[in-house]
Amino acid sequence: MDCFIGIDLGSTTTKAVMLDSHGEVLGRGITNSRSDYDRAAEVAKTEAIITARFNLLRREVEKVAGTELLEQLLEAFRLEQLLVQLGRLEELIHDEIGGGVSPDLQGAAREGVEHIFRKIRHEEDARFNANDRRRRSDFFRDIVGSAYFRLAEEIGNEGGASFDLLLSLYDKCIILVENEPLELGFHQHIDPALARIGEPPAARKGVQEAASIPLNVQSSVGTGYGRVRLPFPKENIRSEILCHGLGAHMMFPGTRSVLDIGGQDTKAIQIDASGIVTRFQMNDRCAAGCGRYLGYIADEMNIGLHELGPMASKSTRPVRINSTCTVFAGAELRERLSLGEAREDILAGLHRAVILRAMSLLARTGGVDDEFTFTGGVARNEAAVSALRQLIEENYGQRTLNISPSSIYTGALGGAVFALRGAA
Amino acid sequence: MSQLEMKKDQSMVLQKQMIASHFERLEQAPETKEPVVYTFVPGNLTELIRSFGCLPVLPEINALQSGMRGKSRAYIREAERHGHSEDVCTYVKCDVGMMKSGNIGPTGTRLPKPDLLLLSYTGCYTFMKWFELLREEYDCPTVFLHVPYQGDGVLEPQHRAYVIKQLKEKLIPMLEQISGKEFDEEALAQRLAWSSQAEDDLVAVLEAAKNSPSPIDSYFGGVYYVGPIFSAFRGTAEGAEYYKLLRAEVEARVAAGQGPETPSGRLDEQRFRLVVEGPPNWTHFREFWKMFSDEGACVVASTYTKVGGTYERGFRHDPKDPLGTLADYCGGCYTNLNLPDRVQMLCDYVTEYAADGFLINSVKSCNSFSAGQLVILQEVEKRTGIPGGFIETDLVDPRYFSPANIKNRLESYFQMLAARKAVA
Amino acid sequence: MSLRAAVVDRADALACDLDLNHVKEWLAEVPGRKAAGYLPVYAPRELIAAVGMLPVGVHGGGDRLEIIKGDACYQSYICHLPRSVVELLLAGRLDCLSAVLFPSTCDVIRNLSGIWKLQKPGTYVRYLDLPQVLDPSIGVPFWTMEMEHVLGELAELAGCEDPKGGLRQAIADYNAVRERLQVLYAHRRDRPWDIPTAELYLLMRALESLPAQTWMDLSADYLSAIEQEPGRPRDNCRVVLTGAFCEQPPLGLLKTIERAGCYIVDDDLLQGNRMLQGPVSTDGDPVQALAEAFIYTSVKNSVIYEDDPDGKRNLMKTRVEAARADGIVFAAPSFCDPALLDRPMLRAGAEAAGIPCIAFKYAENTGQFQPFREQAGTFSDSIKLWGAG
Ligand code: SF4
Ligand code: SF4
Repeated sequence: MDCFIGIDLGSTTTKAVMLDSHGEVLGRGITNSRSDYDRAAEVAKTEAIITARFNLLRREVEKVAGTELLEQLLEAFRLEQLLVQLGRLEELIHDEIGGGVSPDLQGAAREGVEHIFRKIRHEEDARFNANDRRRRSDFFRDIVGSAYFRLAEEIGNEGGASFDLLLSLYDKCIILVENEPLELGFHQHIDPALARIGEPPAARKGVQEAASIPLNVQSSVGTGYGRVRLPFPKENIRSEILCHGLGAHMMFPGTRSVLDIGGQDTKAIQIDASGIVTRFQMNDRCAAGCGRYLGYIADEMNIGLHELGPMASKSTRPVRINSTCTVFAGAELRERLSLGEAREDILAGLHRAVILRAMSLLARTGGVDDEFTFTGGVARNEAAVSALRQLIEENYGQRTLNISPSSIYTGALGGAVFALRGAA
Repeated sequence: MSQLEMKKDQSMVLQKQMIASHFERLEQAPETKEPVVYTFVPGNLTELIRSFGCLPVLPEINALQSGMRGKSRAYIREAERHGHSEDVCTYVKCDVGMMKSGNIGPTGTRLPKPDLLLLSYTGCYTFMKWFELLREEYDCPTVFLHVPYQGDGVLEPQHRAYVIKQLKEKLIPMLEQISGKEFDEEALAQRLAWSSQAEDDLVAVLEAAKNSPSPIDSYFGGVYYVGPIFSAFRGTAEGAEYYKLLRAEVEARVAAGQGPETPSGRLDEQRFRLVVEGPPNWTHFREFWKMFSDEGACVVASTYTKVGGTYERGFRHDPKDPLGTLADYCGGCYTNLNLPDRVQMLCDYVTEYAADGFLINSVKSCNSFSAGQLVILQEVEKRTGIPGGFIETDLVDPRYFSPANIKNRLESYFQMLAARKAVA
Repeated sequence: MSLRAAVVDRADALACDLDLNHVKEWLAEVPGRKAAGYLPVYAPRELIAAVGMLPVGVHGGGDRLEIIKGDACYQSYICHLPRSVVELLLAGRLDCLSAVLFPSTCDVIRNLSGIWKLQKPGTYVRYLDLPQVLDPSIGVPFWTMEMEHVLGELAELAGCEDPKGGLRQAIADYNAVRERLQVLYAHRRDRPWDIPTAELYLLMRALESLPAQTWMDLSADYLSAIEQEPGRPRDNCRVVLTGAFCEQPPLGLLKTIERAGCYIVDDDLLQGNRMLQGPVSTDGDPVQALAEAFIYTSVKNSVIYEDDPDGKRNLMKTRVEAARADGIVFAAPSFCDPALLDRPMLRAGAEAAGIPCIAFKYAENTGQFQPFREQAGTFSDSIKLWGAG
């Protein structure tokens, strides 16, 4: 089967999307960008291929065995994948203990680490067996990290190896794991996964069918912040603006305006009926009004970024904030608090201020005449979305506002479509 | 400073010699007793100055040369140390910094002190403060030549008369005083005739860009072409000679179907024809140019090359009306045109030069150019139906040139134009 | 409510009236009335009043306006004033102005005149080159000619048959206003505790959109209010506030400076109102009288060319002495070319005369005053400690 890949090398995450020759999404992958773009691209691409396989599998297995079995298989596969990474992480940590920890602490450290990994494996097994399908992060670092920290803390509290020591071991080694090519491919893990769910014949047959379909990557297009680092010929590199526009068009064909607010920059894009960009504007040097600003605020308040939105949404009387200057973010916040203004009201004001900046950028490109799509990290923040909705309505009247749950893949999707169109 | 080398045309070599010898003559001025007049590029009255045997010095040219030679950063820092705000025009700060660092000019020779500051106030507010500042350092007379702005799109007759009156009653007596010579209208007329000749040739050169491929780059190359006529050589025999040579060179390229020399080699294949508004960046001049030439983009018309006169609109210095023609000249410089006129000029360029796109390089320094440029952008887009590009840099402050950022925008812009072309 | 509070409230309401409803009410009172705007710093509003139009100062939205379209029109390195003006303009909130004058304050205001032309083709827009050459033989005829031109066009727009007669009246009216302002400024200079600068500012701001006569009544009320309710002196230092002649600081900034211990005893806030220092002659040709008043009596301001180098060097010393001030607060709008390019020269002159100075930048919508409070507080303390001797 011919397929086409788009890779979006963002400053924080790298995404890959794979299409078949009809433009249907076959698979998607995402990973941290780290410092190594090549590796990040490779991981995201492998992920996309795996999910593509599963999609093929889905088509095949669903025919013979139904969705439940498929889901089980998918979970089992993810677990196998995780176990390989876990094994490698443990190995590296042991090496690190041998090489970098003073001898008198080594014993306790090894004991602690073994305990942690045993426990994590156990918990993962239990999770699988309990059929726990709650959604979690896509990143190995997040999944393992939270369990590791919790267990390390227990050990520290109980007088074993210190929490700080265990933490520093983890920090050092997790980066290594992320930057190592691991065997995460479909073919490596599907057999153990099948075994884990008891080799049901229907699934096995579906797997065989799916596995035998060759996936021939015909063309790849790279985009995003780090795109120039991709080993692609020039004509296979596209600006993120074009990819974003096209991606949004693929997700919501009626879209004519796109707003993307990421950590580092904000883009306002206008597209035509076929997803071709007709105008665009990006924020200037100043990061005011980008996602990063909200990050500063969260840090200043000592809360998680994801908590900002919900807190702001509780506001009944948003405060007017005139500047979203990152340099003064902290001071502004403290001054407002000292004036006795409520946290949620200040936060609501800050969200509105961020969106106001984006509104200006949109206005520079000609405003919002028609269907509108909001993407980027900030699109996941409910307070930002509601501020945007309100401001769009105030300024342009009722407009359809689209937000896709997979909006993070917009650029990669656009890239994949360019790959497909370019090959045609 | 970029080390990007490129092939030099014969005219460029000649220009370099002319400039070098002018600066040598300036260095010797204290001995030769040739009086020195500092003045500005827009509204420079070189013919008049030279008709009294005085030598012109143009601080803006020194500032831009300092930028090209990698010296502006230190000069600006020097000026800011002396209390100049980071917010204001960097030409001024570069010049003040140069003065405070010994007044060594761009070619390494010492610049003489002015005998007169001729503040020809033509469309830039900063000029006024600039010479108020220089006056603090030099104990010399200053003449303020007030040129009214073309608020309603023309130099009104009463305003023209007002300028002539000032020439007669203020400037000429002062020039007589510092030079010890009487005003010689015939000598002035001879110089004006040389000007007019050079202007004919310059217009032919600039309009040659209507050919395809264009034999010149009207922005990056254009700033060299206007060099002599904007600085000390308008109204001189050598200036007229230079333009004759340049015109022949350009006409030869037209005949041979050749493009201009650029940092990416000779640009015969021109993928995009652009109109550019705004001054260039001087600190990364070649690097900036290469971002265009690498993409096959050729600038066919620019407004910056009109700050020292808008000759393609028909104006020529007229030897038959020496003072009236100087008034017309001052009133008609690009910086003295109102915003609707600037919009119209850009729209005309887009049509007359069959451009694919137009781009604004907005420089932080210059309110005269930059305040309102986003409105110009929207208006030109509306009238021509062509999407505009927008980038931000500075003239001589390297802190405001972020290569990755600018390249990203330019690439996105070119790709957008390409996508449009592909559809059309 | 006390009389003082009533006057201040009224003035505050006018300043906050971003829709210019009070102008619209004035227009509705008599059919056919028109209003004309002018941008900072100085435009001869007598010309507007002369033809029966209401002069309205256009000062943007201060800190009371959310900016979207304004930011769509201006890059981040341009001052704030034009953003809020454009925001109001594009929202149609200034549509009641039939004419707008743009004095040659700076290139931002200058280019804004072009934006206005593009956006509101039906409005009379005139860029007004102020006489930069104050040499009477050149400046007087030029400025007379400029004003003649504008007066003629405004008269046509307003359907006014005797603009010169109207001008004579307007000059007389505004002479009274000028005199009243001098009284107010002198009072604040002598007893700053009676007249907080924020109040004086609001009162002056009211003058930017009220007919001269109405404002005379309002300011008379204020004067009697301060007689009735004088303030109590505090141990503050005295400063000249300079650089704030165009984009106006938020009220909170003025209050912050005074509360932090610095009485403002001279300033250049809304300086156009006090541009002409002496009364304008009511004899002879009124246009020429107005022109001569500018050439001979206008205050020095960063937007006008200074012909005399010593004038620039001594300016701050002269002002400080006249106001019996202890120091100078240079407060300029961010990215304001005239104020910021002038500052090094003015400051050098002041420091050469041994006058203590502080400097900061603001925007009309600055919402954070802590840094100013600290600076002004420290400044006041240090003056009280070291400066008295
Ligand atoms: S502000 Fe602009 S026109 Fe004026 S001196 Fe600076 S660069 Fe030149
Ligand atoms: S604040 Fe300064 S720069 Fe801005 S418009 Fe006013 S005078 Fe011009």
